[in-house]
Amino acid sequence: MGRFLTATRGLGRWDWTDWAAHLYLILGMLVMFGPVAWLGLSSLKSESGLQAFPPTLLPYEQSSVVVPGRGTLKLFRVVSGEHAGQELGELRRMGLQSQLVDPKAPDTIIRLKLEEREPVTRLRAAWENYSELFGKFNFFGYFWNSVFITAVATILTLLVNSMSAFALSKYRFSGRDAVFLLMLATLMIPPTIVLVPNYLIAATLGLTNSPWGVIWPAVATPTGVFLLRQYMLTLPDELIEAARMDNASEWRIYWRIILPLSAPALAVLAIFSVMWRWNEFLWPMVVLSRSESFTLPLALNAFQGELATQWNFLLAMTVVTLVPITLIFAVLQKHITQGIASAGVK
Amino acid sequence: MGSLSLRDVVKSFGDVKVIHEVNFDIPDGSFTVFVGPSGCGKSTLLRMICGLEGVTSGDIAIDGTRVNDVAAARRGLAMVFQSYALYPHMTVYENMAFGLENIATPKAEIARRVAEAARMLKLEPYLQRKPTALSGGQRQRVAIGRAIVREPRIFLFDEPLSNLDAELRVGMRAELIDLHRRLKTTMIYVTHDQVEAMTMADTIVVLRAGRVEQVGPPLELYNRPANVFVAGFIGSPRMNLLEGRVHRSDAGGIVVELPGHGVFATAAQGGRQRPGDKVMLGIRPEHIRLEGDLNPLAGVVAGVEQLGGLSYVRLADPAVTVQLPGQTRLDFGTGVRLHLPPESIHLFDAEGLALRRTGDAA
Repeated sequence: MGRFLTATRGLGRWDWTDWAAHLYLILGMLVMFGPVAWLGLSSLKSESGLQAFPPTLLPYEQSSVVVPGRGTLKLFRVVSGEHAGQELGELRRMGLQSQLVDPKAPDTIIRLKLEEREPVTRLRAAWENYSELFGKFNFFGYFWNSVFITAVATILTLLVNSMSAFALSKYRFSGRDAVFLLMLATLMIPPTIVLVPNYLIAATLGLTNSPWGVIWPAVATPTGVFLLRQYMLTLPDELIEAARMDNASEWRIYWRIILPLSAPALAVLAIFSVMWRWNEFLWPMVVLSRSESFTLPLALNAFQGELATQWNFLLAMTVVTLVPITLIFAVLQKHITQGIASAGVK
Repeated sequence: MGSLSLRDVVKSFGDVKVIHEVNFDIPDGSFTVFVGPSGCGKSTLLRMICGLEGVTSGDIAIDGTRVNDVAAARRGLAMVFQSYALYPHMTVYENMAFGLENIATPKAEIARRVAEAARMLKLEPYLQRKPTALSGGQRQRVAIGRAIVREPRIFLFDEPLSNLDAELRVGMRAELIDLHRRLKTTMIYVTHDQVEAMTMADTIVVLRAGRVEQVGPPLELYNRPANVFVAGFIGSPRMNLLEGRVHRSDAGGIVVELPGHGVFATAAQGGRQRPGDKVMLGIRPEHIRLEGDLNPLAGVVAGVEQLGGLSYVRLADPAVTVQLPGQTRLDFGTGVRLHLPPESIHLFDAEGLALRRTGDAA
């Protein structure tokens, strides 16, 4: 790892090009990874921590102190004046003035100007953002909706697209190329244009507010058919002929020969499909209107109220939404690159 | 049982006719080789027999039953593909068992047949390996094993040895002949290599441009080629073919004049040949003699290939190759006088068909 991170051009010393390359890469990493890190750290901030100005990178929280007879007070440090250096609890703010008490002498009220004090902060991760998320909101409901839609839609996508690709790549029939071109042509139609007609169909079929309303329209993707067809074209026809000689039915040829051999392309499509379905927003928002059928992205959106947004929960939920897809991607990324290399370019 | 007969079989792709009215019979238990240059339609013919290609017209019958409309799997044939077409994601065992699983053979029976085939082909140590972990020769054997376990009526081989190196090819050739002797099942074998055809076949079917040129046992094709194409195709090095004209035709045979090289007596019978008709004179390199007094032909050596056991001498004008036993002292530029024994000369008419020779059976 260390050797990897300090790799050079191999001249045995640090050439200026090495410096430039590393600088460029570090910059790129900051640009790419910075927002994610910001999101992750911010999701651990308390609500007040999020609103603090200037913003801090790490989740700081204002310390508080329990003063007998006065309750829990926020702790401030006095920066100037006669009480400079003391840590006082704030009773209340009045205009430009603040009333504070010394926790050791809670009876004397000290009046200070706002700029004479600064909050005492400590590093604390607000894990309750996460723990409360599961209790306060129907998070598991949304999570289950998302998982169900993603899993079922991906399985169906793989099945339908691979069958279609099998026919388009391995059968000779008149109009095959026309059908294929027609499928590809649909790629050029922006989804927003067919949003309303799609909705009308879904509504007529009674699919609104049902996960199937999100699943069915997503099952057949021209991209998937194209990807799989191109890959299947590279599988030798002789294998299919051999299987035919081996008494295999067409379904068995598809299931036992074509599908296992298309595994790299199927893996790519599976990952794409998972990402598409997991992150999909517009279509679910149109089809699903009842809160209990929401997917995670819809729930995230619903969190942003018209008047108030609970940013701490929103951020925590965003992180939780990102984690599964990130894990899947991390585990399968080797397959993606391999699959794309073998499926796309050949 | 596994006899095959083809009657006026035609195959067209669109307007292009690739197989022209093919007729022949293959008896049960024979080893038949389809041979011809690439593009002659031999693979297409094989694929039509096994059912992977449809027949445009004509009949294909196996054991006397017309099978034109029978699906490939139901014809009771097994094919070994040029690329072996092993299922790369299955082990050797699964590859061989797949066909039997598809017809719901009991597991014990599958295991028995695979084990038997593996023993016969010496594949036992490799049954749990994937095809990619095998050498070319082993893959070849797996492909054959996959055919054997199905106990077919006829084996079909589509250039199965073309992907092997020369040494392995000779070995596999012997193994296949041995296999045929043991199984006594009809085998049809496609190749473009006439040496393979000569060494393996009971019967050779020579094809050119979708037409059957000649059907017969190897030596008959060698000794009595029916036409110029077969004469040139069978035999290595190829037969010398020289253009000439009929000089004289009488009861003793046709005398041919090769322009610039004199006249040559042959044993060919020419009823319809008249003086001046174009003919093709063919003689195999090994039949040309350096000594003798009949049909002399003078030339200058243009090249010598010494193989140790025998030597090939090439002449430039006329373009003739001579095979001499042992080693030769002849060298580039030496003038030689060759003799063409009349009984070894093949004569072909203007259409390329062989003229009967005296002594040939009718």
